[in-house]
Amino acid sequence: MNDHLAFAFLVVLPYVAVATLVGASFWRYRRLPFSYSALSTQFLENHHQFWASLAFHWGVLLVLGGHLVAFLVPGQILAWNADPYRLAILEITALVGGLLALAGIAGYIARRIFHPRVRVVTSRMDVILLALLAGQILTGIAIALWYPWGSSWYAAVMAPYLWSLVTLSPDAGAVAAMPDLVLAHVLGAWLLLIIFPFTRLVHLLVAPFSYAFWKQQHQRWYADRRLVRTSGRATTRTQARS
Amino acid sequence: MDVRSQIAMVFHLDKCIGCHTCSIACKNIWTDRKGSEYMWWNNVETKPGTGYPTKWEDQQCYQGGWTSEGGDLRLRSTSKSTGLVSNLFHHPRQPSMDDYYEPWTYDYQNLFNAPAGKDQPTARPISMVSGKPIDIKAGPNWDDDLSGTPLYARNDPNLGQLTEDQKRQLFSVERLVMFYLPRICNHCLNPGCVASCPSGALYKRGEDGLVLVDQKRCRGWRACVAACPYKKTYYNWSTGKSEKCILCFPRLETGQAPACFHSCVGRIRYLGVVLYDADRIHEVASSKDVDLVEAQRRMILDPNDPAVIQAARANGIHDAVIESAQKSPVYKFVKVWRIALPPHIEYRTLPMLFYVPPLSPVMSTVSGSTSNAKDGNLFHDIDEARVPMAYLTTLLGAGNEGVVRYALAKQKAVRMWRRACTVGDVTKADAEICLQQADCSPEEAEEIYRLTSLCTFEDRFVIPPMHREQALEMLEDPHEVKQSTGFGFVDGPKRGP
Repeated sequence: MNDHLAFAFLVVLPYVAVATLVGASFWRYRRLPFSYSALSTQFLENHHQFWASLAFHWGVLLVLGGHLVAFLVPGQILAWNADPYRLAILEITALVGGLLALAGIAGYIARRIFHPRVRVVTSRMDVILLALLAGQILTGIAIALWYPWGSSWYAAVMAPYLWSLVTLSPDAGAVAAMPDLVLAHVLGAWLLLIIFPFTRLVHLLVAPFSYAFWKQQHQRWYADRRLVRTSGRATTRTQARS
Repeated sequence: MDVRSQIAMVFHLDKCIGCHTCSIACKNIWTDRKGSEYMWWNNVETKPGTGYPTKWEDQQCYQGGWTSEGGDLRLRSTSKSTGLVSNLFHHPRQPSMDDYYEPWTYDYQNLFNAPAGKDQPTARPISMVSGKPIDIKAGPNWDDDLSGTPLYARNDPNLGQLTEDQKRQLFSVERLVMFYLPRICNHCLNPGCVASCPSGALYKRGEDGLVLVDQKRCRGWRACVAACPYKKTYYNWSTGKSEKCILCFPRLETGQAPACFHSCVGRIRYLGVVLYDADRIHEVASSKDVDLVEAQRRMILDPNDPAVIQAARANGIHDAVIESAQKSPVYKFVKVWRIALPPHIEYRTLPMLFYVPPLSPVMSTVSGSTSNAKDGNLFHDIDEARVPMAYLTTLLGAGNEGVVRYALAKQKAVRMWRRACTVGDVTKADAEICLQQADCSPEEAEEIYRLTSLCTFEDRFVIPPMHREQALEMLEDPHEVKQSTGFGFVDGPKRGP
C-alpha cells in the first residue's frame, strides 16, 4: 500500500468513521426515533432465528470482546501468549467465536433469502449490512487460519495503531505493511462503523441495560401527584412524566 | 391507603351470542393497518376451545404472567433475575405468527382478468404478509362453534381439572355445550406487560389505569408479548413496535364508550370506574390461588365510604370521578352482587375485566319445571350443568369453586324470582327460598334483573369525565398535525423497505 492510500484508509477513514458513528447516531436518535431498533423478525420466523441469532450474537460478542481486551491490555495478552498452551487456548477460543458468528450470519442470510415472510421486511440497508458483516467475519476467519497467532501480532501491531489514533498521533506505518487480507479486515471495520447508525445495528445503542435497576411497575400521570398532595388542589396542569 | 381510580369492565357471558360485532368494530378502527392485520385486540372465543393465539391459556408453554413463591412475586419467563440475559438474543417463549395465523386476502382481480378458459376463474387466497398464494391453515376464529371437536375443544387447557367422566359427558353429542368468551386487554392492576418492558415504553396511565404503549419508546424487544398471560399485546411486524387495546381512550375522553362496547349487540358489556387501594397490589397479587378472587374484591374500595372519599380526594381524584365510581355498574357486579369474576386471576396480573359466568342450558333431568323445590335442592341444574363447575372454576375462579357457584346460584335465583313475578309457574314462596339460599334479597334481584335485561347505554357505560384539559394531547394544537399520522409524529410510522 502506498503512502497516500495508507493515509486515506488508515488515518483519515477511521476519524471519518468515528465522527459519522457518533454524529449520525445522535442525529437519528433525535430526528428519527421511531425507527431506532432492530425490527425483529422472530415473530415472522421463529425456528431458524433461534440458531442464527444465538450463534451470531454470542460469536460476535466473543470475538469483539477479544479485540477489545487485546486493544486495552496488549501487554498482558503478549505475556499470556508466552506459553504456547495458553496461546493455543486463546486462538482456539477466538476461532470458535469466529465460526459461531459465521454460522449465525449464514443462518441470517439464508432466512432472508428463503423465508418469504422475512424477505418482505428486508430492506436494502439490511442487505448491505449482512454482506459487509459476512465479509468481515470471513476475512477474520481467513486471517486466523493463514496468518496465525493473530492474538499476538494484533497486540503487537494493531493495538499500537489503534492507540495512536486514539491519542491523535496517527501512525499507520506498521499496519500499512500488513498483508492485503488484514488490510481488508481493517477497512471493513471502518466501513461498518460508518454504516452503523444507518442500519439496524443501532439497537446496540439502546440495549435496555437500565431495565435491571427499575421498579417493576411503571406509571405516567398527567397531573402532578406530589403537588396535588401538598397543595390540596385537586388538579394541576403539568406535562406527562414517566 | 393509596386510592386510585381504574376504568374497569364487566362482560356478561350469559348474554353473549358470539356474533363478533365487537371484533369487527375494533378491527375497522384500530387494526386494519399494515403489520397489524393479524391482531384482534378484541376477539371472541368459543369455550371449550383453544382460543387465539392457539392455547394461550397454556402457561406451561407460553410462560406468561407471574408466579408467587412464598410471597415473592416474579414474572414467569421475563423476570429480571432469570430472564434478562438468557433471553437476550432469542426469547424462547415468544409466540410466532403461526401461533396466531397468517393473515390473507383473496386474489379478486383474477376473477376479472383471468384469460378465457374452460374453468371458472377462482380467487386464490394470498398472504397479506408476503403477497404470495398460501394455504390457509388457521384463522382468528378457526374453532368458532367447534365445541366437541378433537383438535380444538378437547385441547382446551382448562379441561385439566376435569375427571375423565366429566370430559366424556362434556363432549357427548347429546350434551354438547359451548359458550363465548369475548376478550380484550384486561388493563390489569399488576400488569405483566408493563413490568417486563425493558424500554419502559409500557405504562399504566395514572388517572384511569389504562395500560398503554408509548410507540416512540418501544424498541420492539417484545418482552410484553411473552409476559402477558392473556396474549393481549401484539407485535407489529411492519413497524417493529408492540401494540395493544387502548380501550378506545380517544372515545372515552370524549364521553363515548369504546367501540367494542358501543357496538355490542347482546349488550353484554359494562364499563365504569372502581376505586382501589394501590398499596395492596403486591399483597393481593401474592395471595394463595384460592384466595385471589376474594382478595382482589377486598382491594376494591367502597366509593360511598366517607374515609375512602376523603383519601381519594387527597390523592387528587376529582369529585366527578368519585361520583362516577358511585354509579359504576362494575362496582355493583363485582363487589355488591359478587356475580362477576376475573379471568384466570391465578396469573396474578389482577385483571380489571370481569366476567359474569354463563348459566348453561337447563338439563332435562327434572321434567316439566325448572324448579325442584320439593327435594330442597333449588340449584340442581347448577351442579348438574352441562358446563362442569370445575371448568368454570378453572377459567374464572382460580380453583375457588365457591365464588363461581355463588355467582351462578344468584343468577339462577334472579331468574326464578322474575319467573315468579311474570310467568307465575313458580310460586313466590319458592322463589324467595331460592333467593334466600343464593344470598339475595328481592330488591337486589330486581336490581340485577334491571341492569342485566333492561339496561340503557347510560346504565351500562358510566364514563367518568376525563378532564382533557389536563391531558397532554390538549397542549398540542390538532390543526398543526392535520393529515399527519398522529399526535407528536413528524414522520410516518414507516419501517423497513
